[in-house]
Amino acid sequence: MTDKNNEELPEGGVIHEGGNADSYETGGWRKLRPVLDNEKCTNCLICWVMCPDSAIIVEDGKMVGFDMEHCKGCGICDTECPPKIKAIKMVSEEEAD
Amino acid sequence: MATEKSNEMQGLTGNSAVALAMKQINPDVCPAYPITPSTAIIETFSSYVADGEVDTELITVESEHSAMSASIGAAAAGARVMTATSSQGLALMWEMLYIASGLRLPIVLTNVNRALAAPINIHCDHSDSMGARDSGWVQLYSETVQESYDNVFMAVRIAEKVRLPVMVCLDGFITSHAIENMATISDANVQDFVGEYTPETSLLKDMENPISIGAMTLPDYYMTFKKQQSEAMAEAKDVVEEVSAEFAQKFGREYGLLDSYELEDADVAIVIFNSATGTTKVAVDELRKEGFKVGVLRIRLFRPLPHAEIAAALKGLKAVACLDRADSFNDFGGPLFNEVRSSIYDLEDRPKVISRIYGLGGRDYKVEDAKSVFEELLKVVETGTVEEMTKYITI
Amino acid sequence: MLEVRWHGRAQQGVVTAAKVLGETCLRTGKYVQAFPEFGPERMGAPVKAYNRVSDEPIRMHCSVTNPGFVLIADPTLIGIALAGGMESSGGVTEGATEDAVFIVNTPKSPAEMRTALELDGKPAKVFTVDASQISIDKIGRHIPNTPMLGALAKATGMITLEDLMDDFKVNYSKKYSEAVINGNLEAMKSGYEGISEG
Ligand code: SF4
Ligand code: SF4
Repeated sequence: MTDKNNEELPEGGVIHEGGNADSYETGGWRKLRPVLDNEKCTNCLICWVMCPDSAIIVEDGKMVGFDMEHCKGCGICDTECPPKIKAIKMVSEEEAD
Repeated sequence: MATEKSNEMQGLTGNSAVALAMKQINPDVCPAYPITPSTAIIETFSSYVADGEVDTELITVESEHSAMSASIGAAAAGARVMTATSSQGLALMWEMLYIASGLRLPIVLTNVNRALAAPINIHCDHSDSMGARDSGWVQLYSETVQESYDNVFMAVRIAEKVRLPVMVCLDGFITSHAIENMATISDANVQDFVGEYTPETSLLKDMENPISIGAMTLPDYYMTFKKQQSEAMAEAKDVVEEVSAEFAQKFGREYGLLDSYELEDADVAIVIFNSATGTTKVAVDELRKEGFKVGVLRIRLFRPLPHAEIAAALKGLKAVACLDRADSFNDFGGPLFNEVRSSIYDLEDRPKVISRIYGLGGRDYKVEDAKSVFEELLKVVETGTVEEMTKYITI
Repeated sequence: MLEVRWHGRAQQGVVTAAKVLGETCLRTGKYVQAFPEFGPERMGAPVKAYNRVSDEPIRMHCSVTNPGFVLIADPTLIGIALAGGMESSGGVTEGATEDAVFIVNTPKSPAEMRTALELDGKPAKVFTVDASQISIDKIGRHIPNTPMLGALAKATGMITLEDLMDDFKVNYSKKYSEAVINGNLEAMKSGYEGISEG
């Protein structure tokens, strides 16, 4: 645990470590969760391009699911998935559990 | 290195002396948007850039806000950065001044003091840099062309040691446009004195380890960073002393945090800074000849405020006048008055202190003006009462 | 300490004249100040410039109010109020010391100028030099500053003509062509030789 009054904090609030957004888990901010319908998905990867949290997991060029530690449930993937496909549905967290 | 104490005199204006100092320092980046009366600094420096006499990247921007923004960007990337401005230009930088100091970036800015509009005026007063006094910049004030030149070198060292931006102030037109005798330092000795800039993190030198600058901090961290900044400012006082001492040892010109003139046995004194100090010293000499025990205290370092040193210097005096070339519009005297008065509060037997505001918008401050303030002070001592605590003079 | 005030109109080179005078005195080991009084910077607007010259370091930074030397590069400035934003709005004689030296750029006689300056019967010294004509002859332009400097050397001995010419060569050969430098050196010499006292 960092001491927030510690005077050894880096001067000027500079963050010396790159890419550390990964260690900040934003998954807890979710009210709705995306659910993928594998049958419908054509792997066009539009959702991967549009997701603001880099939470679309792609393996071998295929959309395989969501990184739930970082997905904030914004629903952009659902909106952007082409209308004729609609492979993503947003469901409430309670419902999903 | 060889010490360099007896240089041949040259005649330079304040602006050309500062431009020469910048050339000799050869900073990495100079973002600039020229404004009267500091224009000639950038004009002259840009000719050095055009002639290939420096390696500096001169960035001509579209406003002073951008000049300071670009300075911040370059300094954050690890560059040694210098710029210059005046008046409205400094006012337009205001937002970015706080970011420069909060990010702990050692930018050196020469501010050629000029009045703020309205009414519009291009001449000297200190309302511009006084307005920036709480922006977290170290402020050095220069009495002469020589000191303006010397302060620029010291500013670089101070800034880089405490990692705070430094503002070197000199009087518009009075110093910036006047030719005075001054000694220059050789390029080699300047380089030796300022040294190479080696920041702890430099994107310029290390692209492999990216850093994030300007991240948001919430109530949990913000105050800690401000405390660090405040402590750095306190440390700056010692650093100014150290760097000035090293400068004196190498180049033979001595500068303190303050400059006491005839204060030892004085009954009354004027506290003042920048070019009007010399005029006041002439008045002191003339009044001393008539037997009056008068003196001057010049403040060279205003941020951080050398409050303990001010108290020590004014101890034992009976009455003091603080002369401000700026008004705080608080109905209670100028900024110098308030801070000096507060500095001496804990003295056992403190002098009476009055505020006199002079020379706004380039209004001339003559030897007679200094003398009449001394006369007022002597009257305060004689009668034991202050008739007017605050007053505009030279009007 | 010597105090000098220059009067002219913008573009007549009085700011440069003060600069050259300062530099020349500095090179002879003096402490100097040379500074302009900036009012409205329009072609033809009245301008002033000042010098202080001393054996001791000069500490005062106020404007010169009691000059012992007044150089008037444009005689049309005589007798008019010189208001222009700065405080002293009086004429060219304002504040000058009793025994001040006046040097006026004019083809007229010193006696005429003394009257024009309202200095009849006063101890002030009045000199004239046709600096405009000299500058047109030698430089091809109406910039009376360098002949005025030559005249100042002759009238006061504050500087020698050699020092003046030397300084000008050293400081300005980078900035101006050889023809311009030589024209100005000639003009200084003619100003030195062409001064009349009265
Ligand atoms: S809901 Fe938002 S954050 Fe989550 S995967 Fe879809 S686009 Fe990304
Ligand atoms: S946008 Fe829709 S179809 Fe395209 S990869 Fe994402 S889920 Fe599959």
